[in-house]
Amino acid sequence: MTDIATPAGRPARMPSTLATGLARGVLETKMFFREKDAVVFTFSFPIIMLVLFGSIFSDSLEGTGITVSQLYTAGLLGAGVMGAGFQNLGIGIAGDRDDGTLKRLAGTPMPPAAYFIGKVLNVLVIAFLESVALLAIGVVMYDLDLPDEPSRWLTFAWVFVLGVSAAALLGVAVSSLPRSAKSAAAVVTMPFVVLQFISGVFIPFTQMPGWLIDIASVFPLKWMCQGFRSVFLGDAGAALELTGSYELGRVALVLAAWLVGGLILCATTFRWKGRRDG
Amino acid sequence: MTGYRLIRAMVHYWRVQNAIYVRGLTKRYGEVQAVAGLDLDIEQGEVFAILGPNGAGKSTTVEILEGYRSRDSGEVSVLGVDPARPTREWRSRVGIVLQTANDAAELTVRETVRHFATYYPRPRDPDEVIEQVGLTGSAGKRVRQLSGGQRRRVDVALGVIGNPELLFLDEPTTGFDPEARRQFWELIAGLARDGTTIVLTTHYLDEAEALANRVAVVAGGRVVAEGTPATLGGRGTAKARVTWSEGEIETDDPTRTVIELSRRYDGEVPGLTVTRPTLEDIYLRLIEPS
Repeated sequence: MTDIATPAGRPARMPSTLATGLARGVLETKMFFREKDAVVFTFSFPIIMLVLFGSIFSDSLEGTGITVSQLYTAGLLGAGVMGAGFQNLGIGIAGDRDDGTLKRLAGTPMPPAAYFIGKVLNVLVIAFLESVALLAIGVVMYDLDLPDEPSRWLTFAWVFVLGVSAAALLGVAVSSLPRSAKSAAAVVTMPFVVLQFISGVFIPFTQMPGWLIDIASVFPLKWMCQGFRSVFLGDAGAALELTGSYELGRVALVLAAWLVGGLILCATTFRWKGRRDG
Repeated sequence: MTGYRLIRAMVHYWRVQNAIYVRGLTKRYGEVQAVAGLDLDIEQGEVFAILGPNGAGKSTTVEILEGYRSRDSGEVSVLGVDPARPTREWRSRVGIVLQTANDAAELTVRETVRHFATYYPRPRDPDEVIEQVGLTGSAGKRVRQLSGGQRRRVDVALGVIGNPELLFLDEPTTGFDPEARRQFWELIAGLARDGTTIVLTTHYLDEAEALANRVAVVAGGRVVAEGTPATLGGRGTAKARVTWSEGEIETDDPTRTVIELSRRYDGEVPGLTVTRPTLEDIYLRLIEPS
């Protein structure tokens, strides 16, 4: 046995929040990849959709040299990144609340921030792997050209990081809605699928009524997809946008606003206890 | 004035010395008064069992002591700290074994225990703890593959990995088979020998009798009786019941009764038993709604 803690003695140093957060990130990632159902569920949807839609609609878009399949690659990149954050955390944290993970952690000296650091690291890993898979499909199957200018990759990096973070925070927030882990998949997935259909992932905005575009413009997914299209479709593709421009400034603004809003939402609504625990 | 200060200082000292000090604790959920003025003193190094029927307020009380739940009123001190304002330092001195948990299913026992050790400033050696809870043979198994009893041992391992001064066990052996319960009791008794203060809630009176130095019976949100398992509710001084095939009698002197009976039957008394009220008899009488 190690030394007995003395209540009157000098308190030993608490492990740092960052180190504990990193340890949780490793643990979360380990747990995620061992849960085969969740891995398949998270990764397969955007990949299957890309293969399916990309193969069905492969026409060239007039005067741009861009194919619909390439358009889908950029769009599903947005959906994949959002899914890794929103869907994965929304369902995962509802599960953590249901199976006692959160209650147990709340009873330990683990700093609460470490739990969220772990989740964000987990999401970054998943989103990165998902992006690599989708881009590989785009390059191999649909002749997608990866950009060689560093400035485009810089755009990719900030859209990715802002997008993942906003999606992760929204996932944390939405995890408080389901009554149990069983209902979480339905509660979280349904709005996400609807959002994908109105955010230009599958259906171009030019074919959508104005009021639906207005609704989609409130949410981050439309802007993430727009940012990714700017990276992979280039200047020729800008003509396909509603405004004839990728509006990168607005993309940054909306995603940053969701980041701040998501933080406030999480801070005010997060529950460490399940509903049965009162 | 000085006398008053002295008393206050003594009360303060008593509170700090005690592992747990509770006065006038109340908690209400809507119309239901779950805890209604509960007092409790638990000394360091004690194994203390809290008994009571479902809905008596024992889980609410324990969750308030664990820092999980807020209280409406009353004074509470756990290891000298108000659990309504838990600090990381305080959390590192308190171990909690919850009623049910199904988390960490995909991790192995060793991974789980090692990871939780990193939360604490002075953790115990993970392999030693796994050994102590009797899971060395299953250390490489995924938690989901364990039996209910083994799963509970993981819970205990995670409860003690931080080397706590105080350990809460909430109905730890519910659903165990008799053999698993015996083994579990050995484990808890071992922790108690190491000096850990243990607060246990249970439905099983034999469990309280086997493990606890002192028990409190909670009913209607109050402590209705408190004492050692042998003397609770006047058990130590209760009349003994002598029964034999042709009669029965309640008496303060069972030995004399048996000797008289033996003379009457000239040796062996047919169907002789001498019993005192069991803890269960006393308990059932105590929680009877008056």
